[in-house]
Amino acid sequence: MKKSLIRNIDQGAIMKLNKILKNTLLIVFACFALSACATSKKTSGQMQGDVYTGTDTVEYLASGVPDRVFFATNESVLTTASRETLRKQAAYLRKNSKITIVLEGHADERGTREYNLALGERRANAAKDYLMTYGISSNRISVLSYGKERPVDSGSNPLAWSKNRRSVTVKAN
Amino acid sequence: MKIFIKIIVFFILIPSKSFSLIEVDITRGNLDPLPIAVSPLSIDENSRQNFEKILKKKNIGEEISEIIEVNLKTSGLFNPLNKDAFLQAPNIANLKPRFEDWNLIKAQALITGKVSYIDEKLRVEFRLWDVLAGKEMVALAFTTVPTNWRRVGHIITDKVYQRLTGEKGYFDTRIIYVAEEGPKTKRIKKLAIMDQDGANNKFLTLGNELVLTPRFNPTSQMVTYLSYFRNLPRVYLLDIETGTQEVVGDFPGMTFAPRFSPDGKKIIMSFAKDGNSEIYTMDLENRIVEKITNHPSIDTSPSFSPDGKFICFNSDRSGYQQIYVMKSDGSNVKRISFGKGLYGTPVWSPRGDLIAFTKLHKGKFYIGVMRIDGSGERLLTENFYQEAPSWSPNGRVLIFYRETKTDDKGEGFSAKLWSIDLTGYNERMVKTPTDASDPSWSSLLSN
Repeated sequence: MKKSLIRNIDQGAIMKLNKILKNTLLIVFACFALSACATSKKTSGQMQGDVYTGTDTVEYLASGVPDRVFFATNESVLTTASRETLRKQAAYLRKNSKITIVLEGHADERGTREYNLALGERRANAAKDYLMTYGISSNRISVLSYGKERPVDSGSNPLAWSKNRRSVTVKAN
Repeated sequence: MKIFIKIIVFFILIPSKSFSLIEVDITRGNLDPLPIAVSPLSIDENSRQNFEKILKKKNIGEEISEIIEVNLKTSGLFNPLNKDAFLQAPNIANLKPRFEDWNLIKAQALITGKVSYIDEKLRVEFRLWDVLAGKEMVALAFTTVPTNWRRVGHIITDKVYQRLTGEKGYFDTRIIYVAEEGPKTKRIKKLAIMDQDGANNKFLTLGNELVLTPRFNPTSQMVTYLSYFRNLPRVYLLDIETGTQEVVGDFPGMTFAPRFSPDGKKIIMSFAKDGNSEIYTMDLENRIVEKITNHPSIDTSPSFSPDGKFICFNSDRSGYQQIYVMKSDGSNVKRISFGKGLYGTPVWSPRGDLIAFTKLHKGKFYIGVMRIDGSGERLLTENFYQEAPSWSPNGRVLIFYRETKTDDKGEGFSAKLWSIDLTGYNERMVKTPTDASDPSWSSLLSN
């Protein structure tokens, strides 16, 4: 009169094993695909390592003063090119002492939302610290992190992601 | 909003004795869902006409039984049988099922019931039967306002689920999430709320400012979330009954990653300043703010253990994103994630024994669970992009969001909610009217 549900445990184990094997293959395949992608983009001359070096998305605060700097994956270290850009920005801001700015920090879509908000804040502050060492007062600078919320390139590939890992200097007045 | 204030009165018709009849084992992947017959709830003609007038539904008894059926099927543990095969009329089945008939169509359990219109109220009784044993397992009746009819279906499902699995259900619950529209570079995001089954979807903000990561208070209908109102990213508190909002605390910079403490009295969150994010709590009664972490790295995504004694969080103090656990005063910080890859968004299970997380490894994202000491890591699902798991109140199901890869032109992007059983089985897309992300599951609305 009483019937309990007996499940076939062996069958469950086999299905799981199949799933694991399938997943492993998928991962291996994905790695090949990704590394192939990365190398082909490197040769396009728009990235160094995985830092964007092109000018597609760059706007200018004034002639010869680019508005943004780019970062490597998960990094907030300024590259040589970034420091050069920020020195130009500092020179421009020293000349135009009434301008205040917002540094908008961004991350690519390959990270969790909350960590990326923190990372965007860290990137914008790296730019802020550098501008301050070149004589720009901290009360002219505010910082705003967008995390991964405002990409400039909607692509899902390493080049698009490199354009999105950025800190953009925006005039606030 | 008033739906939730109206109290549902229910009482036991006949004391259900605890003999062990049919049982559903939910601890492993269910390859063999229990065949169950959901007989349409019977209704007399007078009641039917009254409800048709009030609710614009032809047969409210059938509508309620359909909610139960969909719920049971979605759980993955039950296989509701096709009604065409039912031999017995609903009103007779509710009095005394002819078990041979139900046995014939291979039903192991049977749900019957009756709906009536009494004093402008909706009265529903239902019974759960063990077909093989020929015994009644549960019998309950409730009276409520007619507009609560969907919730009646959910509450019945919760009772059936609880009787057959031995654990509380998760059907009379809601999901708060972020509704998304527009191109990826200019996404418009609104807070939205819906029933667990996707019904009664409602937008709570207009989309004028960016909103992220809404989370329910486990003890009330309050929500905490991140809003970019006036371009100042701050943690807000929203009362979904009244619509009132307020900023949490008075911080001179971005606050984010909010969650409630299990007693609902505190908010735990990150505060970012000068490139460093630390974890803080704020007591909602006395407004006292406490700094919990103190480290020059990123500390974020905090989540309390259900007893409130510990906090798991995300930190890159080792160089990369990993999961850590500490006491709730910030002492005894211990790293618990040691597998390959990066780990984020740890969320403590309401049962206390597991932590769900997002993992990034070799270009793929996983939703997984591990024990609170970091052992027993189990990956439940793998995809191009997915994150932010949230537990069902009984700790059996996780809801998260998944984004698709765009093509070479940057098109084809979508974000959807998905749910998966703790066993790794029964992965399902949760339907939403727009794209969706950042889901958070409420507690049971009735207990």
